[in-house]
Amino acid sequence: MPATAASAPQDNPSPKLIARDVNVYYGTKHALQHVDLVLNSGEVTALIGPSGCGKSTFLRCLNRMNDGIEGCRVEGSITLDGQDIVRGVDPILLRARIGMVFQRPNPFPKSIYDNVAFGPRLHGLVSGKDELDEIVVGSLRRAGLYEEVKDRLDAIGTGLSGGQQQRLCIARAIAVSPEVILMDEPCSALDPIATAVVEELIDELREKYTIIIVTHSMQQAARISQRTAFFHLGKVIETGLTEQIFTNPREKLTQGYITGRFG
Amino acid sequence: MEPHIVKSFDEALNTLHAQVSRMGILAEHQLGLSVQALVDRNDELAAQIVQSDAEIDALEAAANDQVIRVLALRAPVADDLRVVITALKIASTLERIADYAANIAKRSIVLTAMPAVPTVRPLQRLGKLVQGLLADALTAYHEGNTELALQVWTRDKEVDEQYSGLFRELLTYMMEDSRNITPCSHLLFVAKNIERIGDHATNIAEMAYFLATGGAIEGARPKNDTTLIHD
Repeated sequence: MPATAASAPQDNPSPKLIARDVNVYYGTKHALQHVDLVLNSGEVTALIGPSGCGKSTFLRCLNRMNDGIEGCRVEGSITLDGQDIVRGVDPILLRARIGMVFQRPNPFPKSIYDNVAFGPRLHGLVSGKDELDEIVVGSLRRAGLYEEVKDRLDAIGTGLSGGQQQRLCIARAIAVSPEVILMDEPCSALDPIATAVVEELIDELREKYTIIIVTHSMQQAARISQRTAFFHLGKVIETGLTEQIFTNPREKLTQGYITGRFG
Repeated sequence: MEPHIVKSFDEALNTLHAQVSRMGILAEHQLGLSVQALVDRNDELAAQIVQSDAEIDALEAAANDQVIRVLALRAPVADDLRVVITALKIASTLERIADYAANIAKRSIVLTAMPAVPTVRPLQRLGKLVQGLLADALTAYHEGNTELALQVWTRDKEVDEQYSGLFRELLTYMMEDSRNITPCSHLLFVAKNIERIGDHATNIAEMAYFLATGGAIEGARPKNDTTLIHD
C-alpha cells in the first residue's frame, strides 16, 4: 500500500488563484461572507468545515458552477494568474483550465477510452488519432489506472469499481491539461484502499497542478494537504499550514471543530 | 475546554489523566519518604519504599496502554494530541523519579548498617527543595499554569547550587578520614539521584508549558552545577 503522507509545503509558494472579499448570495441568504483566500500552485489546499459552512460554495465559485443556480449572485474578485474569472471569461473555456472531480464518481456511459477522450475532442485539442491515443494513455497513466484497464479500453467506464471510476474521472479531468483541479469529497464513496490510492495520486499530481479539495475527513485533510482553510457559517475562520492547523490552531473555533467538540 | 461530542473520548482522556495524577502523587510521596528513611535510619520504611515501586511501574504500563489505545482509536489532534503526548512523557518521567527514590531507599538500608556521617541534614534540605519543585511542576501540569511551570524551570539552578555544595562537603569528609569513603560515596549517589529528580521535575514543567501553549519554553535553562569543572 502506498504511503499517503503529504509532501512538505513549499518555501516560496506562488499564488495561482487569489480570492478577495468574495461574497455569495443565494437570494437573500448570504452564503459566503468576505472570503479572502490564496491558493498556491504546486500545493494541495484542503477546505474543511461543518456542512453548510460555504466550502463547497467557494469551490463552485472557482469554476463558475454557481452560474446555473437561479438567484445566486457572486461579488468580489477571484483571479486566476491575475485574470478575473468571476465575470468576463467563458465558463466552458475556464473549466478547461480548472477541472473538477465530484463526490460520486460520474463517468459517462461510454467506453473508458471515450471518457478520457471526451474533453480533448470537445476543446479541439488534438489533430489526429495518434495524438488522442497519446493523451488518453498518458492521462490514464498519470491517474494510476492504465495498468488496470489497458486491455479493455473499449469497456464501458461505469463498469469499473468505485475507486477505478474515480481515478477514471481524475484521468478525464487531467486529459484537457488543466492548471487547477477542484475536488469535492473525492473519496467519500470509496473504501480505505481505494482512498489510499487516490490520496497517493493527489500527492503525485500536486507538483504539476493547483489542487483544492473539500473534505469532511479531518484525517484526509491532514494526510494530503499542505495548507488548510477552515470555514464556518460562510466565513473563513483560519488558514494556515496544515501541520500548524492540526497541531496548534490559533482559533478556538478551529480547535473545537477538528477535535470534535463543536456542536 | 468544552467536552467532546463523543463522550467516550472524554472518558478515555480522563482515565489517562487519572493514571498520571496517581503516579505523580505516588512519585512525590516516594521521594519524601526515601529521604526520611535515610535521615531517620529507618530500614523498615526504606524496605516499604522499594516494594511500592512496583505499583508505579504498573501504573506506567497502564498509562502506556491507554496512550496507544487513544492514538489508535481516536487519532487525536491539536490540544487532544498534546494531552496524550504529555501524559506519555510525564508517566515515563515519573517512573524514573520513583526509580531514583527506590535507589535512595536501597542505599539508605546500606548506610544504616554503617556509622552515621554528619551530612544527612544538607541532603534533607536538598530533598525538600526538589520535592517542592516536583510538586509545583505537577500542579503546573494539572492547572495549565504556565507561570508556575516557568518558575520551576528557572529554579532548577538552586538544586544545582546545593548539589555542588554537597559534593564538595562529601569530598572533604572523605579526604579527612578514609573510613568515611564508603558511606560518603553512597551519599554522593543519593545527592546525585535527588539532583536528577530535580532535572526530571523541570522536564515535567516543560511538558506542562507545552500542553498549555503548544510551544517550548524559549532559551537555555540556567545551570549551576560546578562539579563538572576541575580546579
